[in-house]
Amino acid sequence: VKFVQEFRDAELGRGVAGQIRSLVESGSHYKLMEVCGGHTHSIYRYGIDGLLPPEVEFVHGPGCPVCVLPMGRVDDGIAIAREPGVIFTCFGDMMRIPGSRGSLLEAKAEGADVRMVYSPLDALMIARQNPDRQVVFFAIGFETTAPSTALTLVRAKTEGIANFCCMSNHVTIEPPLRALLDSPALGIDGFIGPGHVATVIGAGRFQFIAEEYGKPFVVAGFEPLDVLQSVHMLLRQIASGRAMVENQYARVVPWEGNARATAVMQEVFELRPEFEWRGLGVIPRSGLKIVEAYSSLDAERRFGVPGVRIEDPEACQCGEVLKGEIKPWECKVFGTACTPERPIGTCMVSPEGACAAYYSFGRYARERGVAV
Amino acid sequence: VSGATREDRILGIVQRTRDRQARFRDERITMSHGAGGKASQSLLEGLLLPALGNEALAALGDAGTVSVKGVALALSSDSFVVTPIRFPGGSIGGLAVNGTVNDLAVSGARALALTLSLVLGEGLEAAELRAEIDAVARAAELAGVQVVSGDTKVVERGHADRMYVCTTGLGLIDPRSSLSPSGLSPGDRIILSGTVGDHGMAVMLARDEFSLEADIRSDTHSLWPAADALLAAAGSDLHCMRDPTRGGVASALNELARASGVGALVRESDVPVAPAVAGAAELLGIDPLYVANEGKLLAFVAPRSAERALGALRAVPGCGLAVEIGEVISEPQGMVLVETAFGGRRVMDLLAGDPLPRIC
Repeated sequence: VKFVQEFRDAELGRGVAGQIRSLVESGSHYKLMEVCGGHTHSIYRYGIDGLLPPEVEFVHGPGCPVCVLPMGRVDDGIAIAREPGVIFTCFGDMMRIPGSRGSLLEAKAEGADVRMVYSPLDALMIARQNPDRQVVFFAIGFETTAPSTALTLVRAKTEGIANFCCMSNHVTIEPPLRALLDSPALGIDGFIGPGHVATVIGAGRFQFIAEEYGKPFVVAGFEPLDVLQSVHMLLRQIASGRAMVENQYARVVPWEGNARATAVMQEVFELRPEFEWRGLGVIPRSGLKIVEAYSSLDAERRFGVPGVRIEDPEACQCGEVLKGEIKPWECKVFGTACTPERPIGTCMVSPEGACAAYYSFGRYARERGVAV
Repeated sequence: VSGATREDRILGIVQRTRDRQARFRDERITMSHGAGGKASQSLLEGLLLPALGNEALAALGDAGTVSVKGVALALSSDSFVVTPIRFPGGSIGGLAVNGTVNDLAVSGARALALTLSLVLGEGLEAAELRAEIDAVARAAELAGVQVVSGDTKVVERGHADRMYVCTTGLGLIDPRSSLSPSGLSPGDRIILSGTVGDHGMAVMLARDEFSLEADIRSDTHSLWPAADALLAAAGSDLHCMRDPTRGGVASALNELARASGVGALVRESDVPVAPAVAGAAELLGIDPLYVANEGKLLAFVAPRSAERALGALRAVPGCGLAVEIGEVISEPQGMVLVETAFGGRRVMDLLAGDPLPRIC
């Protein structure tokens, strides 16, 4: 961990926070959306919002792949997990996400063989070790994790591992951002861009946000100093009336993206005509399915899945929260019908969702606002 | 209705819900119910306490207290189902003894006697069983306690994962002790007896699921010498002790803050974490403050005795790294705040279930 400590230096952090304070114009309010769940995590983990002046507000965006997964897809996954002889594998934080009738963790309690893995290659290993079982990997994530799923499928095909397949829930980052930006009531002043996604697709791919929508965009790393510096860069753009894509995470993120990762994704995946997002609805050309050449490794084709679309509950206002149009507590069901123990909408599902965070920490956060 | 008033009203609803006893509404038991987080809390508060409730149990201490003809006794029971049964730094036999001895110790009681129940899986190798019984004997001798009763059951292959061990311990509450699981008082200093996360991380890596190798050993050992030193140094200024096992320091602090109607503030940079544990936790995306310990205690001491208590604790073998990590605060009630190493503040809540690794 030594090499990251310098990006967690409290004194440097206070320095950047001071510079941010000097950029804040009194009476103005800055709503900055961190697109990626990884940034939301850093903000909570290190208490970054507490270091900022109250005029700067973070809005948690749609970049948590677990939170945006619609209930129907979770149901499909659980249906496969319940098939006899199946070993169902997924990332850890997928296990608790509720479908319309329970989560994978509950399916496991009812007898399904659900196992947590750290990478799709681990799932492939399980398939090699259990040749008499069907091993399914439940793939989720943006362009960050899609290449490793693609690579695993290529390897499975090359090695001829017939008892392995994959249910792709991979999504791409541009369509939901456009959906947000096209919303007339959007109250976002700038974006903290997803650093991990950008390592794959390149910082340059976000130019449309500056050029077409006129919003400042800073691709950011995940250490606390990275996040603070990105806020500073965004406020500097806002102060000077500019809107451009800047790359705070240049130590990792190239402008052009990773050609090999993009190539392997293109070999294995193609865009679905449309894909449903929890809280945002159906977005055209936003999800990745497995191409024909790899169809034998596609769990959706191997197992008939119900494929039923479960509407987000009517009372749920997650979409408006995600766009920063309303605050969590302004939602009709917040804290009454919708709680972290019994979530209705996506924002209450993950502990880092905007509503779950506000539910747990809201009172304290307000006290801080007064105290600062 | 103005915005602020409505927000206040809604935050009020949230606060009342949090303060209420948790309800148990799940249809089945999942692994979350055993993880020491919110699901465990709902099982305890929503099912067990309502059915069995009495004053001793409702205190939710690590041990229950019973008074027999004026003699104060502590009684505690614990089951051990760790897998693998052997791991760097220990094994299930020693763990079963130390776990119960420690639950008594942090309740201010020296263990007098233990019972030992074994649930053995058909096919368990005799050599393995022998090794574990030896481990029980060694740990009992080190802790100065005898196994005075026991039971053995064998279940069919596949029904128990090799072996489970249950121990129950009886202890005499030390006359110097005025401990209470709800005895936290604002201003109390929070003392931690050493590094966090060693046991849980050692077991996690021993499962061999992560292809990670690190020199991490379980910290399992008896805490009575540490408890004894603290009782001697601080007496009635020692308000509460707790061994942060399942769910780690974070969960233990949350339980105590809730039970005492106070808050707790932890300075993250003061919490000792062994470099190998910190590295593995970083790679796995797990916060060491939520990882189990089997030989550490948290002590809550009135400020005037804190320094003396800390000095006494550091003189105990194995507690040389003992340190003050924070203090008890009056607000926000029932919550644990962390001053992060980066200088910010955050709430450190109970987890919903196991600390599942993050992917993004």
